[in-house]
Amino acid sequence: MWDYSEKVIDHYRNPRNVGKLDNADAVGEAGSLACGDSLKIYLKIDNGIVTDAKFQTFGCGSAVASSSILTEMIIGKSIEKVKKITNKDIADELGGLPQEKMHCSVMGYEALEDALKNYDNYTDLDDLRNDENKVKSGEQVICTCFNVTENQIWDAIKMNGLKTVEEVTDYTKAGGACGKCKNTIQDMINTYYKSDETALTPAQKVIKINNIIEKQISPELVKDGGDITLIDIDGNKVMVKLRGKCSGCKNSHLTLKAFVEATLKETVDKNIEVIEV
Amino acid sequence: MIYLDNNATTKVDAQVLEAMLPYFKEEYANPSSIYDFAKRSNYAVREARGKMKDFFNAENEKEIIFTSCGSESANTAIRGVLNMNKNKRHIITTKVEHPCVLNLYKALEKEGYKADYIDVNSNGELDLAQLSECINDDTALVSVMYANNETGVIFPIEKISEIIKSKNKNTKFFVDAVQAAGKIPIDVQALGVDLMGISGHKFHAPKGIGALYVNSKTLITPLIIGGHQERGKRAGTENVPYIAGMARASELAADGLEYEATEVKRLRDKLETNILKNIFNSRINTGIINRVPNTTNIGFEYIEGELILLHLSDAGICASSGSACTSGSLEPSHVLRAMNVPFTAIHGSIRFSLSKYTTEKEIDYVCEKLPAIVDKLTNLSPFQDELEALKKRR
Repeated sequence: MWDYSEKVIDHYRNPRNVGKLDNADAVGEAGSLACGDSLKIYLKIDNGIVTDAKFQTFGCGSAVASSSILTEMIIGKSIEKVKKITNKDIADELGGLPQEKMHCSVMGYEALEDALKNYDNYTDLDDLRNDENKVKSGEQVICTCFNVTENQIWDAIKMNGLKTVEEVTDYTKAGGACGKCKNTIQDMINTYYKSDETALTPAQKVIKINNIIEKQISPELVKDGGDITLIDIDGNKVMVKLRGKCSGCKNSHLTLKAFVEATLKETVDKNIEVIEV
Repeated sequence: MIYLDNNATTKVDAQVLEAMLPYFKEEYANPSSIYDFAKRSNYAVREARGKMKDFFNAENEKEIIFTSCGSESANTAIRGVLNMNKNKRHIITTKVEHPCVLNLYKALEKEGYKADYIDVNSNGELDLAQLSECINDDTALVSVMYANNETGVIFPIEKISEIIKSKNKNTKFFVDAVQAAGKIPIDVQALGVDLMGISGHKFHAPKGIGALYVNSKTLITPLIIGGHQERGKRAGTENVPYIAGMARASELAADGLEYEATEVKRLRDKLETNILKNIFNSRINTGIINRVPNTTNIGFEYIEGELILLHLSDAGICASSGSACTSGSLEPSHVLRAMNVPFTAIHGSIRFSLSKYTTEKEIDYVCEKLPAIVDKLTNLSPFQDELEALKKRR
């Protein structure tokens, strides 16, 4: 049994703006019958404002609710504002969706994106997507079972901060059937997160750790009559020697963990472990 | 509330509950204890074993092992047989088994067994020729369900047993009869099976009790190792109230088989006929073939199953679906895929499963409500052109 929000229930029971717009200015599609959900969205656009929207959905309760609320979210809005809507906005507007159903909100986003693309050759300017991946076309299908492209996966990771393959499956369906693309998805996740937080090369890391020990940690210990020297770094293992009053102090373990390690974790890498040698 | 999901679980019969209560209250002794106080609970288990022997039509009550559920029965049977035949590494089952067999086979493949999965046709009937071809000298075990949980299709167990024995008389035959028990007669001797598992909660006993028949010529190792209970085949203090309850349920089920075959079947058929007549985009996924009398699996084309179930639920009707969305898995039912149900209908497939408690009034209510629900959802579908074409063809 799904734990659907009241808003989701209201929207699948009484979907708004159902049907077709005969003289639509833009039409977008997402999903397919074979994959189990499919959505068509029709937009009427006047002077850069979405004046009307209708949808037709083949899918579960949350797919219908996502489509229905999306039409409500865009009617009366300018194209500029509509372009900024993400799948997360759709899910939030519904009061949340079960994790396994997030792909329904993604389908809503994709249909909208498709409609806008068709309208004015709108292209998705992915500032956040790193350059290395821009080189590839991005239209390559990663999950052949559900026909999910590389770009769709990048979008889901980026917009929702997805960190595991399972989450990517919940949001895009990719990897949900035969599972052959799971390794590729894991690589994509690794690539994406490497680009922001752990982008330091090993050499840069050594320099940064050394700097922090010398400039932040050591002065504090000196105040208490002790000191610290960096001996070696092996991956995330930082080998140090405590000196002066710190050496042999029965609280030195506490100093090491609660101060030295905590500082390095906060400033360099959360996986750092400090070892006294 | 109209409950048409009896293949998922059933309501406990009041007479079953009645039979269980003394063993919750005053008769709480451990049946293995030596004092007089334990005699009545010991007798209850022995009496229940006799009733289960009759239910299976086993030769001897020593052939009955009490378990906790259908999955435990299947796991005990399959692993138990394989452990006793370590030199043989080939096993066979069907593509449409319950996950408790299918996933166990997948695990066994990882452990080095070679497994064959037999196909079904578009009606869900087993490919017996393929089965016959697969059996070889190395085949330790064949595992086939009696009736399919999703479609109700009955497999010809007696014929399958003959095929197996004619190809390799040492190959053991396990039958998962969870969906047959209480719906059609069971006779292990006439069917010629070596092992058969059932689950109490599918025939009006509570959840948490099952049984496994193992004929006296078949040796198995226990799955649960410990004390001497169940003649060393299944350790753990006997669940006396549940054992007594399932035994009572088995008597009631045997007495009710005639009602199942006539009245329950009549209501199921009425539901089917009515749906086919009044809903143009509906199809019986199995076709009208030999099935357990309570089950029908209907595909509604171009609409999605979970959405149908949610609307049925709003109307107070409980059913289930082979659609991907319902379960949180992303793929539709492996059973319907094995049958090659067209992709226009597979996601909109609904199982209705009746019981002895289902009334004519309830079926009439479903027949009245369902067309409007399907119509509403059909109007939501992006496949209006396809639906229009389908309407013209019907």
